[in-house]
Amino acid sequence: MTALLEDVKEKDKYKRLHDVIDAYKDKPGALIPVMNEAQEIFGYLPFEVQKEISEGLNVPLTKVYGIATFYSRFTLHPAGKYRIGVCLGTACYVKGSSLILDKIKEKLGIDVNETTPDGKFSIDSTRCLGCCGLAPVMMINNDVYGKLSPDDVDKILEKYK
Amino acid sequence: MKITIDGQVLEINEGTTIKEACESIGVEIPNLCFDEDLKNEGACRLCVVEVEKAKNLLPSCVTMVTDGMVVHTESEKVLNARRTVLELLLANHPNDCMTCDKTGRCRLQDYFYRYDIKKSGFEGERREIPIDDSHPFIIRDLNKCILCGKCIRICDELETSAINYIVRGFYTKVGTFDDDGLKYSSCVSCGNCLDVCPTAALMPKSAQGKGRPWELTSVDTTCPYCGVGCTLRVHLNKNKDIAYVDSPKTSVNQGYLCIKGRFGLDFVKSPDRLKKPLIRKNGDFVEVSWDEALSFITDRLKTIKDKYGPDSIGGLASAKCTNEENYIFQKFMRTAIGTNNVDHCARLCHAPSVAGLGAAFGSGAMTNSIEEIEYADCIMAIGTNTTETHPVISIRVKKALKRHGAKLIVIDPRKTEMAEMADIWLRPVPGTNVALLNGIMNAIIEEGLAKHAFIGERTEGFDEFKESVKKYTPEVVSKITGVSPEDIRRAALVYAKAEKASILYTMGVTQHITGTDGVMSIANLAMLTGNVGRPSTGVNPLRGQNNVQGACDMGALPDVYSGYQKVTDEAARSKFERAWGVKLSERPGQTVTEMINAAYEGKIKALYIMGENPVLSEADAGHVEEALKNLDLLVVQDIFMSETAELADVVLPAASFAEKDGTFTNTERRVQRVRRFLDTPAEVKADWQIINDLSMLMGYPMNYSSPMDIMEEIRSLTPSYAGITYDRLEKGGLQWPCPSLEHPGTKYLHDGKFTRGKGKFNPIEYREAAEPTDREYPYILTTGRMLYHFHTGTMTRRVDGLNKIAPSGYLEISYEDAGNVGISDGDNLRVTSRRGSVVLRAKVTERVMPGVVYMNFHFKEAAANKLTIAAVDPVSKIPQYKECAVKLEKI
Repeated sequence: MTALLEDVKEKDKYKRLHDVIDAYKDKPGALIPVMNEAQEIFGYLPFEVQKEISEGLNVPLTKVYGIATFYSRFTLHPAGKYRIGVCLGTACYVKGSSLILDKIKEKLGIDVNETTPDGKFSIDSTRCLGCCGLAPVMMINNDVYGKLSPDDVDKILEKYK
Repeated sequence: MKITIDGQVLEINEGTTIKEACESIGVEIPNLCFDEDLKNEGACRLCVVEVEKAKNLLPSCVTMVTDGMVVHTESEKVLNARRTVLELLLANHPNDCMTCDKTGRCRLQDYFYRYDIKKSGFEGERREIPIDDSHPFIIRDLNKCILCGKCIRICDELETSAINYIVRGFYTKVGTFDDDGLKYSSCVSCGNCLDVCPTAALMPKSAQGKGRPWELTSVDTTCPYCGVGCTLRVHLNKNKDIAYVDSPKTSVNQGYLCIKGRFGLDFVKSPDRLKKPLIRKNGDFVEVSWDEALSFITDRLKTIKDKYGPDSIGGLASAKCTNEENYIFQKFMRTAIGTNNVDHCARLCHAPSVAGLGAAFGSGAMTNSIEEIEYADCIMAIGTNTTETHPVISIRVKKALKRHGAKLIVIDPRKTEMAEMADIWLRPVPGTNVALLNGIMNAIIEEGLAKHAFIGERTEGFDEFKESVKKYTPEVVSKITGVSPEDIRRAALVYAKAEKASILYTMGVTQHITGTDGVMSIANLAMLTGNVGRPSTGVNPLRGQNNVQGACDMGALPDVYSGYQKVTDEAARSKFERAWGVKLSERPGQTVTEMINAAYEGKIKALYIMGENPVLSEADAGHVEEALKNLDLLVVQDIFMSETAELADVVLPAASFAEKDGTFTNTERRVQRVRRFLDTPAEVKADWQIINDLSMLMGYPMNYSSPMDIMEEIRSLTPSYAGITYDRLEKGGLQWPCPSLEHPGTKYLHDGKFTRGKGKFNPIEYREAAEPTDREYPYILTTGRMLYHFHTGTMTRRVDGLNKIAPSGYLEISYEDAGNVGISDGDNLRVTSRRGSVVLRAKVTERVMPGVVYMNFHFKEAAANKLTIAAVDPVSKIPQYKECAVKLEKI
């Protein structure tokens, strides 16, 4: 039953993708808006989706892939239920945010742009979050955590387990 | 406008870049990302110059001159900027020039030298990217890449966009989809990226360790594969190993090559090459001396000629051999033997073009030139898989579409890459071209788009023709072809409204029992719209073999001498009789297809075959094999033991194109030099030498001392070649007609007047293909070529890298039919026609329509021609390769 449900959901996503492609098809500069919507629909840009976009908009596949790997907004792997972003902008960086990131990586056993096998956490590569006064900063989904030290990491992650 | 460059004042046209202006007075501007044939972005910033009153330094390759501009190309500010750019590049570049194969032809190295950059002031993190050697011919070392983007642009503009910039910032690199090895990408292995790469980031594998540029020598010759006639510049080391192949920009191919020309020459060094003459003794081949082999052939030919007459002997010349060799071959058959039974494989490709265009225009060759395709407003490609069969011509098509906004109409039952690029793709049922073309012409006339001024002044037979297409309304034609009436009308309007419309076509038109009809219909269409006799228009049959045009021109045909002078024309015959000093037969000889049948019936007793492989290339291979076995004498001269040679009584080892001098004539009638770059193996002889020697023994001494010698005779007897000499060819190819030494050659035919006087409209009625499908054989099989292999595979299947990319044949089948037969992609299946049966892998694809299956004919283990039908076109005798009825079985 669950498998069937998943299948229906997946088909619905593709239908929505095709609607988006059809809506943008002959407009100039359609590629990035379509990729944006695809990212919304699927939560990431799997290869199949990239191929659909390439064929649908008649754009070379390598161009879609090039853009997908350029903008941090796009991900090639499914994001976790909780997306962690540790700011590596200048202010946070000098305040030692890389140590925080290292700690999170170690704790979860994944690298940046990866997702834990249980699908719970993923780490995004992140630039300035716009609250340098709180440096070093990280976000988990829409929650902001500031003035961090590596020792805070355990406690914070515990909240989401 | 006036500008000043380094103190020098010059007048220059608007729309010129600063770089071009500088180069016009000999000031060289350094650059790493510029290419004259690509869209330029001004990315590398090495070409910056100082312009007075400008805020910043300006990239000269993309900045246009303005009136009064004062430019300094090597001011201190400029030099500092260039040095900084170079130092930044060096900071992330392996400084290993002493072992790098690009040393000596590396642009980056040249500029480090020019600007005296010894080390970088910006040491920091370096890239460590694994070398990608997945591709059989290309090695990618992205640590040496300077991200100039030229490879990306060339691939995107002219090829398949296999690569692009991927990732971001410091980690940006040139990558494939999923950052996989090049082999797994959409790369078509043309290697044109190799020529634009300024560093050693992209290198031909073959060049590794073969030596530095100053240790290599190069020879310019002409490609031995298709009819485009690309110039190959072969770079060799002291041991005569091929380091790499590229091509000069001034060539007919603009320096671009495809996988076969660039990477497919290893066959000449294959250990399988024939090394000594062989005679069959007690069923087995035995190595013999040339003397023994030639006297054996002479004795047998003389005996057969005495007993059964000269017309019991036939000869097949070769579209692979040079003009000189084809000329001497047909001369040998007509003089030493005394028969007009000489033909070659043009019969199997463009005989309908020679016949059909001959009847309509008076000349069977491509009317216009390759370079003109780029400037057509509309290109109609009929039955031509151009990107695979004539890749370098497809570059012109892509340029026409992408750069000049041309419209592309494709008529093809298969969804080829051309069809994917098309603005309008018409997908007729195989074998219905004539109906479709009549439908298009009907629509053009109905819409009032016929060019009556042109028709009235330049043509004849229009009224009768007009009457004949009246009944082919788009609605009627739709029922025959499966193409919708709307699409027929749309295509008609786009083609007829274009100022300059060019038609390209190949075997999809000719290889039918209505091949000549199809060609004449195309001629009708071009005349109806006035698209003949002007630049970038015309009817352009793309020839499949390197020298199929030349072999025809040289008279390796049963009914004509060189230059299409008819054997039945008394004046022509007596001219050749005088020149050759013998009485010549006035009876036209037999075609290949007829000779095979005559051999089967025992009427032809001996066949002499020069470099052809009819056992695989003729339709209904089983029948051909039996026919050849029935001969009293079969002589084959070839570079390999082909499937045909295996049946021979005598096999003679011939030199390959790499080992001989001569000329090939390409598809646009351009005669170009073939130059030897390898020594001829010890006991191997060039085809012309073999015929020369044999003719002497046959009692007709020819005494040619060189191919140049033969060309002198050719031009003395062939008006269209009269102005063509080896001296002139040193400066580049010449397009016939070239009637005198002063004549520059002819870019396009029928300017102002058709070769035959008036263009002739021929009313053509649609006829059904032979062997329609039925309950027992419900599928139509259609055959063709793929990018990676050539014809019967004797050459390409002896090139390792090509075999790695395309190891075996397959049957393309639609999803619907795969379901009906019960097979999935990759399963083996049996394909059976009334004549034979083969087993091969299924490739389930949308490229073919339901009811139609497709296979390539290169693979002897699954030979398409065991299945094809030898039903022939009544005029040109071409077999119907493009359709036969088959059944499919899962095994």
